[in-house]
Formats: sequence, C-alpha cells, structure tokens
Amino acid sequence: MSGPSTEMVRSEGVCKYFGALEVLKGISLTVNRGEVMCLLGPSGSGKSTFLRCINHLEQITAGRLYVDGELVGYHQRGDKLHEMTARDAARQRRDIGMVFQRFNLFPHKTALENVTEAPIRVKKQPKSQATARGKELLARVGLSDKAEAYPAQLSGGQQQRVAIARALAMDPKLMLFDEPTSALDPELVGEVLDVMKRLAQDGMTMVVVTHEMGFAREVADSLVFMDAGVVVETGDPREVLANPKHDRTKAFLSKVL
Amino acid sequence: MSERIAAGRAQGAAGPELIQAVPLRRPGRYLAAAVILIAMFLFVWGVATNSAYGWGEFGKYLFDQRISQAAGITLLLTAFAMLGAIVLGVILAVMRLSPNPVLKSVSWMFLWFFRGTPVYVQLVFWGLLATIYKRIDLGVPFVRQFAHIDTSTFFSVFWLAVIGLALNESAYMAEIVRAGISSVDEGQQEAATALGMSWGQSMFRIVLPQAMRVIIPPTGNELISMLKTTSLVTAVPYSFDLYTRARDISAETFNPIPLLLVASAWYLFFTSVLMVGQFYLERYFARGASRKMSAKQLQALADAQGGGHV
Repeated sequence: MSGPSTEMVRSEGVCKYFGALEVLKGISLTVNRGEVMCLLGPSGSGKSTFLRCINHLEQITAGRLYVDGELVGYHQRGDKLHEMTARDAARQRRDIGMVFQRFNLFPHKTALENVTEAPIRVKKQPKSQATARGKELLARVGLSDKAEAYPAQLSGGQQQRVAIARALAMDPKLMLFDEPTSALDPELVGEVLDVMKRLAQDGMTMVVVTHEMGFAREVADSLVFMDAGVVVETGDPREVLANPKHDRTKAFLSKVL
Repeated sequence: MSERIAAGRAQGAAGPELIQAVPLRRPGRYLAAAVILIAMFLFVWGVATNSAYGWGEFGKYLFDQRISQAAGITLLLTAFAMLGAIVLGVILAVMRLSPNPVLKSVSWMFLWFFRGTPVYVQLVFWGLLATIYKRIDLGVPFVRQFAHIDTSTFFSVFWLAVIGLALNESAYMAEIVRAGISSVDEGQQEAATALGMSWGQSMFRIVLPQAMRVIIPPTGNELISMLKTTSLVTAVPYSFDLYTRARDISAETFNPIPLLLVASAWYLFFTSVLMVGQFYLERYFARGASRKMSAKQLQALADAQGGGHV
C-alpha cells in the first residue's frame, strides 16, 4: 500500500537493530510534500540513523518506510518483502539528496566537479549541460567565484554550501540534512542556514536533523523530538519549543536553549 | 617570492617596510659538508685507481650491443610484468573489499598462495609448465573440447617469465591497493552512494583516485624492486635479461667485476628515470590534497586583492 500523494515520507513503526542493539524502536511519522521537518534530540537518540534509513544507507529491521509512495529498499510482492537489488536502491537514492555533518565533498575534485559528477555519471547528462547547471547551482548558494577551488581551499561554510549544491544537482524531490551546521564555526553557521531557508521557501521537502532552535522555530513546519529510539513529542515547532509537554523534552530544551 | 611581493607593493600604495633580516649563520653545515666531501674524494680516488674494477673493460662493454639489447629486454620484462601486476592487484584488492563473500575468499586464497611462496620457486614452476601440462584443452570439461593449446610452443620463455613475475607481484600490489582504499574516509563512499552512484562507480571514480596518493609511493618501490627482480628470470630459464647476459659475457672474459658494474650502471640509470616519473605522478594525484595553493592560484588571488585596493 502507498500513502496519498500529499505524503513525501511515511514511516510506520520503523525499527532498526544493530545486532542486539535497538537504535530505533518504532518510529511513525509523515512528512508532507513541501514541508520542512526538524528532528531534535540528544545524541544517540537515533535521529541520524532514522535519516539514513530514509535513503536506505541503513536497512530497516521492522516496520514500513515509504518515500513518495514507494517502499524504501524492498519490493513488495503479495505479502512478502523482497530485498531490492543494488541498482534499484541506487535509483531510489538518486531522487533523495543528502547533506552530511562533515560535508564529505570529494577532495580530488573542484567545487564544480563535485556538483557535476553525479549528473554526468549517474544521470548520463552531457558534460556541457551538467556544467551549466552546476555553475547555476553554485551561484544559487553564493559560490560562483569558487567553482575551480578544491574543497581543502574552502571554509567549512563554503564546503557545506557546495555539498548542498551537489545534492541539488540531482534534482531531488526530498532533501535530508544530517546536522549540517554542527561541524561549523559559529560565524559560518548563518550562511548555510540561509541557503537552507531559501530552499525551504522554494518549496523543497526537507528533513533536518539539527540543534539550531532558531532555524526550527523560523523555518520548520513540524518538529519531532526523539529520545532513545522513540518519538517523544511532535508538533508545531513554535508550540513545542515554547511549551514542551513531555518531561524529557523539557529537560532537553532547558539544556540547549 | 619576496620580489613578487615587493613588485606588488610598488604598484599599489606604499605598504609597511618589509623585513630584511640578516640570515642565521650555520657553521655546522659547512663543517659536515667538508668532512663528507673529503671522505667522498678519498673513496672515488680509491675506486678510480684500483685496477680490480677494470674501468677499461667497463667502458668497452657499457654500450656493447648485447648489453643494451639485454637492458631493453629487462625493461620490457619489467613493464609487462608490472602492468599485469597492477591491473591484477587492483582487481584482487577490489574483490577483497567487495561485499561479495565469494570474490573475497578467492582473492584471499590467491594472495595466500602467491605471497606465501618464493618468487624464484614460482619462476622455476612456470618454466616447468610444459612438463606439467603438456597441452591445455578449451571446452566443456569431460564432454567436448574445442581447441588445444600445446604449452611448449604456445608460451615462449619470455612470456612465462612475465606471467611468473606478474602473478607474484600482483599479490603484493593487491595489499598496497587495499591499504590505499582503506585510507580513504568512509564518508566518501557514503556520499557517492547517497548520490545514487553504484558501488563500482563510487570505487573507481571517487575512492580509488583518492587512494592513489597512498598507493603510488609503495608502487614506485615495487616497480624499482621489479626491475631488479627480473634478474631472477634465469630460473625459468630465460637468459636474455641484463644480469644474466652480463654474467654470460663475463664467463667468456673471465673478469666478472667490470660486467657487474656495467649491469649496475644500467639498473641505476633506469631507477633514476623511474624516480623522476614517480615525482610527476605523485604531483598529479596530490591535487586537492593540500590547502596550499599553486603559484598560479596565489597570483590570481593577489591580483584580485590588488584590484580591490586600487
């Protein structure tokens, strides 16, 4: 079964075990098309793992996870699930952009080559087309003058903006951000958040693991607070941040706010 | 460097006065250099005047046609064997790191065998190939054979030597490549995967090019080592390589020392050329590895800065 067309991500009781270790204990939530959801919670609460499950970097152990109505990582035939081939999984991932905490830019390629690599190799776009689009995307994140720079010559904020452009080059329908500003100097956080804000305004569906309360309050449509592998509280971010209902949320927010 | 800065200053407004410090004196360096120079002179003098080295013979055979031919053959042996070893080594390393358990164990067993037995013994075995397998049948085993290869005529001794050297070396190359691949941050493979690249694409486009920085220096080592290991092909027995040829000639002249020097000179010449090649190769694969900018990039930045001030 697949969700109605307004749903981009639908998670039904998703569990993830690493051996005997239970990291996710039944996560159920939905992200609607064009919505920004922020995942909040102490480290080790499973937010990053859940994010990685959405594009099948981790395989879920139980439950069902749908992106755009399509089951992630499995084919359903009758009432049996069949493991997906690597090729099919790669095809699913193409439409889901991911931005990492430590950028993970390709250090042997220039900023522009980082952006054009996947469109050329995966989508088989002609080089000229990919380059034109790559330059456009670098301009969009404010880095048109850094196209020929190698990642090591860029600041953390610039690297993360290149990483966002790299993910956008695949024209994703969903963007996942895994603590995109946690590895940045405080003065560089703003430039990355600005790019993300504009992306949200343009209607991109985003799931963001973050500790930036300001961003959550200002940009997010929904906020999910996770702890120890379960969703503790969820709701409107302004509401949850101002009046947390659950004691665990209160305790966490009192420490970070 | 400082001239360029000074030139930049001259164009723009008068900047702060540049430091013109008196360089530190280093008498220890001069002393050490003098001692070493004297010792070297004494050694060279001794070598030049000692008749046992037979420098006249050396000059006579250095460019002897048989020797230069043998040098070329040694180069060919090295090139073919190393090429095969690198290709096979990369395949073995990728197999070893692949998620496929069958490929993994095949690679491990290959390594276990070819790294575990002496290369000399392996070369002797390759020489005995025609004795062990008189002919090789191609087709469906036990059912039908389409073609027959007569081993003694199909494989020349030269190619047996190449195969022997290449298979042995590939086991070492596989470990070098594996070390290189393991040195690349896991996040690289992850980022490539998240972009929808296949395992092979991320390996050959993203991970291996970065691994090259770690792979090249030990591979240069292996190449140089291979150049000299070719002197073992006499075990096959193949006798047209540099060392075996030089030894054969000295068997006629009854004076081994000058011909050993001739062979050494050629080996040294080749390794020197290889070291130069390695330098350029390393520079190519180092791109993006350092925050340090090239002279061209620095100049572009300085120009941009100058432009901003004027």
